[in-house]
Amino acid sequence: MANINLASEGGVVNSAPQSDSHEFDATKTRTQGQLVLRRFLRHRLAMVSLGVFVFLVLFAFVGPFIWTYDFEDVSSKSYQPMSGTHPLGTTQVGKDMLALLMRGTGYSLQIALIVAALATAIGVTFGALAGYLRGFVDTALMRLVDLLLIIPQIAVAAIVVKGFSGSWYVVALVLAAFAWMQIARITRGETLSLAQREFIEAARACGASTPRIIFKHLVPNMIGSITVNATLAIAAAVLTEAALSFLGLGVQPPDTSLGVIVLENYGQFLNRPWLFWGPFIVLVSLSLAVNFIGDGLRDAFDPRQTKVRA
Amino acid sequence: MIRYIIRRLLISIPILLIGSFACYVLVATAGNPLAEMRFRPGVTEADIKAAEISLGLDKPVVVRYWNWLTDFMSGDWGQSIALGQAKTAVYPAVTDALWTTGRLVIGAELLALTLGVSVGVLAAVRQYSIFDYLATSTAFLMFSMPIFCVAVIVKNYGIQFNNVLESMGLDRWLTTAGPRPGGFSGSFGEVIFKYTGTFLLPTVALMLISFAAYSRFERASMLEILHSDFVRTARAKGISQSRVIFRHAFRNALIPVATLFSLNFGAVLSGAIITETVFGWAGMGTLLVNSVRQFDPPMLMGWLMVTATLVVLFNLIADVVYGILDPRIRLG
Repeated sequence: MANINLASEGGVVNSAPQSDSHEFDATKTRTQGQLVLRRFLRHRLAMVSLGVFVFLVLFAFVGPFIWTYDFEDVSSKSYQPMSGTHPLGTTQVGKDMLALLMRGTGYSLQIALIVAALATAIGVTFGALAGYLRGFVDTALMRLVDLLLIIPQIAVAAIVVKGFSGSWYVVALVLAAFAWMQIARITRGETLSLAQREFIEAARACGASTPRIIFKHLVPNMIGSITVNATLAIAAAVLTEAALSFLGLGVQPPDTSLGVIVLENYGQFLNRPWLFWGPFIVLVSLSLAVNFIGDGLRDAFDPRQTKVRA
Repeated sequence: MIRYIIRRLLISIPILLIGSFACYVLVATAGNPLAEMRFRPGVTEADIKAAEISLGLDKPVVVRYWNWLTDFMSGDWGQSIALGQAKTAVYPAVTDALWTTGRLVIGAELLALTLGVSVGVLAAVRQYSIFDYLATSTAFLMFSMPIFCVAVIVKNYGIQFNNVLESMGLDRWLTTAGPRPGGFSGSFGEVIFKYTGTFLLPTVALMLISFAAYSRFERASMLEILHSDFVRTARAKGISQSRVIFRHAFRNALIPVATLFSLNFGAVLSGAIITETVFGWAGMGTLLVNSVRQFDPPMLMGWLMVTATLVVLFNLIADVVYGILDPRIRLG
């Protein structure tokens, strides 16, 4: 169903009868992937956001090699205003804010990407297993989802981070453990309807194993919603991590993150506003960019849904 | 309907039981409440052993859980065991905190719902107008905004507003450091004035975030309904535009938002935790942060059980409301 819609959207089927033979020759056959990519590349907001995202990645991972100050360097004077040597000023202990921001963005990005990757992997596997196998497996996995959903994520994350260490990867693992349920539910719902279709029956009749059916037949057919939800999981993880760190219950020094930077500097809002607005702008542009990319991907994968956002 | 509610309540009992066990194991393995005792001067190994035995920490986790559960069921939620603190009882501490948070959250959520739904409906009815673009982009921005940043910004502009009031020779109106204990006194007008000053800023901060979600949801569902067949039929019959929008479309477009309202509880809770921390309210957020910092298992368990129960209740309310608003869904 989706395949037919996509093909007609791209103009391959529709334009063929009306166009003269010259144009007909020029019409290229495009795969579904090419169509999605074309639509995504034409989504202006998503492309701008992708640019912002790439810039932030470079800022976080290449920036520290270029910028003169190290984020642990405390040799500068405390609370310097914005200047040529310190474009965003310095913090109380004399750290250069720009260098700190690069490092914080890096940690926040690392955490968000790991959370999204793990949550998607777990969510898709569990969701597809539950939807495909049904019966006992379905009941057990969905009860597990219900159970995890009733325990507030922020509390459990805080407790685990307190109990183990506040390293950034511990925070990432805990957040991932509580981020996969949404994706599992969506995947399960799609699997339930896909599993009834003939091609799955055919695959089963050919003797394909359950893992093969799930990963070779079901997952490729759900790749649209999986990609979109993985992107949205990145945005959610950025905000959750920042919130947790802001409460002082997430990433602990010596590691840092955007949330930690805001926590350490928001007291200076009225006297030295740049110390707050710097990390604020990075944080908001990161989460906005990822959200818009997700939006663009949704439109690219499902052309019927353009303009209506929910 | 009543049979359905009773059945759902019965199902939630084992879920809460398993949840409580999972929480207990998590809390028990995550940290040792006596860890800091070791670093205190003059504390011997024997003291620690004695403290362990008096708290029952020498027993296996399952036995401790069973003891906790039976106490909890009989209404004894235990006492805080944080070091260097008066041994406060868990039950009043948690319910007090819940009341503080509740006062804040209920008002903010109702405001957010009213505003969000109205803006969403207007944006959908006037699709692609300037108002629509403004509302959609604001909602998108708020949606991507970390709530603690919103709270910090609102708080600091509140302080500046107070400074302006003071320079004009008036009293500082907005409170940025939590409600005054013991309520307010004075004439009726003064009490109202002080109440609004206390509640305004945290309510606005909390409201802004929820508002974004509601308006986006309402706009999307309203658009979908406005393009559906029965609305076209209603228009074709010659029913006036306002009647179509309010009697036909609006009532149906409320269904997804009502579900969101009930299911949003977790997000609202974490939003409230952060807002409270910024504004210094002694609610659920402050309680959680302090209990985690001092590592206080009985308090954490009380906190977790209250919130878990509330989440289960709100899920049930979501389903019931869904059934009432949408007669196509039969509960039973």
